[in-house]
Amino acid sequence: MMGFRPVTLPVRGPGDRLTALFWRRPDLLLVLLLAPPLLWLGVVYLGSLAALLLQSFYSIDEFSGLVVQEFTLKTYLELLRPSNFDILLRTVGMAAAVTLGCAVIAFPIAYYAARYARGRWKAAFYLGVMLPLWSSYLVKVYAWKLILSKEGIVTWATDAAGASAVLNAVLALPVIGGNSLSTSYIGTWIVFVYVWLPYMILPMQAALERVPQSMLEASADLGATRAQTLRRVILPLALPGVIAGSIFTFSLTLGDYIIPQIIGSSRLFIGQAVYTLQGTAGNIPLAAAFAVVPIAVMLVYLALAKRMGAFDAL
Amino acid sequence: MRSDSRAPLGLTLGAAAGLLFLHVPILLIFLYAFTTEERTYQFPPPGLTLKWFAVAWNRADIWPPLYLSLQVAAISTALALVLGTLVAAAMSRAKFFGRDQISLLILLPIALPGIITGMSLRSAFDVMGIPFSTWTIVLGHATFCIVIVFNNAVARFRRLSGSIVEASLDLGANGFQTFRHVILPNLGSALLAGGMLAFALSFDEVIVTTFTAGQQSTLPIWMLNELVRPRQRPVTNVVAIVVFVTTFVPVLAAYYLTRGGSETAGGGK
Repeated sequence: MMGFRPVTLPVRGPGDRLTALFWRRPDLLLVLLLAPPLLWLGVVYLGSLAALLLQSFYSIDEFSGLVVQEFTLKTYLELLRPSNFDILLRTVGMAAAVTLGCAVIAFPIAYYAARYARGRWKAAFYLGVMLPLWSSYLVKVYAWKLILSKEGIVTWATDAAGASAVLNAVLALPVIGGNSLSTSYIGTWIVFVYVWLPYMILPMQAALERVPQSMLEASADLGATRAQTLRRVILPLALPGVIAGSIFTFSLTLGDYIIPQIIGSSRLFIGQAVYTLQGTAGNIPLAAAFAVVPIAVMLVYLALAKRMGAFDAL
Repeated sequence: MRSDSRAPLGLTLGAAAGLLFLHVPILLIFLYAFTTEERTYQFPPPGLTLKWFAVAWNRADIWPPLYLSLQVAAISTALALVLGTLVAAAMSRAKFFGRDQISLLILLPIALPGIITGMSLRSAFDVMGIPFSTWTIVLGHATFCIVIVFNNAVARFRRLSGSIVEASLDLGANGFQTFRHVILPNLGSALLAGGMLAFALSFDEVIVTTFTAGQQSTLPIWMLNELVRPRQRPVTNVVAIVVFVTTFVPVLAAYYLTRGGSETAGGGK
């Protein structure tokens, strides 16, 4: 029979001593974990946002073209000039139209995926939405340049179907029409809807998946038709998901400058104004003031969305 | 539930049309890489050829942007992996003061439009007189990649049972050994998935980059210039295919790495 051997603990190194310290003072570990990322985000990101705000309160000297580093609201007042204010209205209007378009196209996909797709199909739907979401943004925009150009596939298809009169009638519409789809607001709208659609589908699907089946059965038991159930039960319950999705579609449209530059009429959107002003025009204060507008719009939008319970659906 | 499992025809058609709308445009990118027409986007293509792949390979202006994009994506991903894991480790612990504010701060770079992140960084460089370099691009990319790694890591941390960490400590491992031999192996696939998504995001990013690159050209910026002033259009398609595959493969891999968990990667971009 073997006797007890005294347990020999390994020699305590600095690692053990630190472990003991963290055990006694868990908040010290927390601070050490948080310090690097918070320093990064705090300095790089919040610092930059502060620089943006600061610049927007500067102004530009009209004669020398140099930035005057004095506090003024003059730059913000310039946003109200008709030509600049038009840019703001045009962008917000487009964002609203894009959000609406996304919601309409996303609904059948989200509803089918949430209620009818099972097993392999469910995975296929998920990948079918996720892969376009992650695939290259520029490649997607480029694809639409090919599709919408005057000699491209849309013109070919309408010709082949004998519907070129319809296409020409659409392009002849005032304001939203144009020389070809790739130089009209309609084209810009289509591409925006295409690129941001997955952002609408995913939260919408999440909201629809939470609608209990028993409610739909109860609705049917109480004599509602399918259409009534859709309008009175499903849509209200899916609304937080739609609002959550609309946060993305709205915000992304407000801040985009590539899509209207590549596909659209030459009239500017906020993003293009910011880009041109900071680049060739060298008017950083006005560019910064323009960039503050989407932040302000989104803060209001987020506050409204929060009141409607959209964050539970994210 | 099974009683009404047949979808109405209208809904099926709507869903199918929606999915086609999402996927068909991408296929055209592939088709146009083989067209013989280089001045317009004529459809159907007058003829098919493989020569653009060779032309693209020999174009000297494509390689430096490609290297720069790979370099920026690699550095940004590495930074985001460290910072995102640290903040996920902290956030998965007990509640503490300012927790909600921190999660908002992590989310902000991706929730606000890219142009704001870009313009903010541009203003900051301007105010502080920092010249443009690879590092100014990395600064922007790493910032919005943190949230991607964070999302993947924090979900795994939550699922990781606290008792295996306690067991490791009870068995005499110190905190660092526990991290190395217990936490890291459990975190592995989530970090790999997060890292690949971050790489894909950075490799493809164009809006923030146009503000932080100055005169440098990443591959997306090269593509953007070709879109505005096209020459040899099919070459752009060849590059588009390269970009598409370079983002597609990591994203698909990330999906398969985290499939089946509660935290399938890619749900939130």
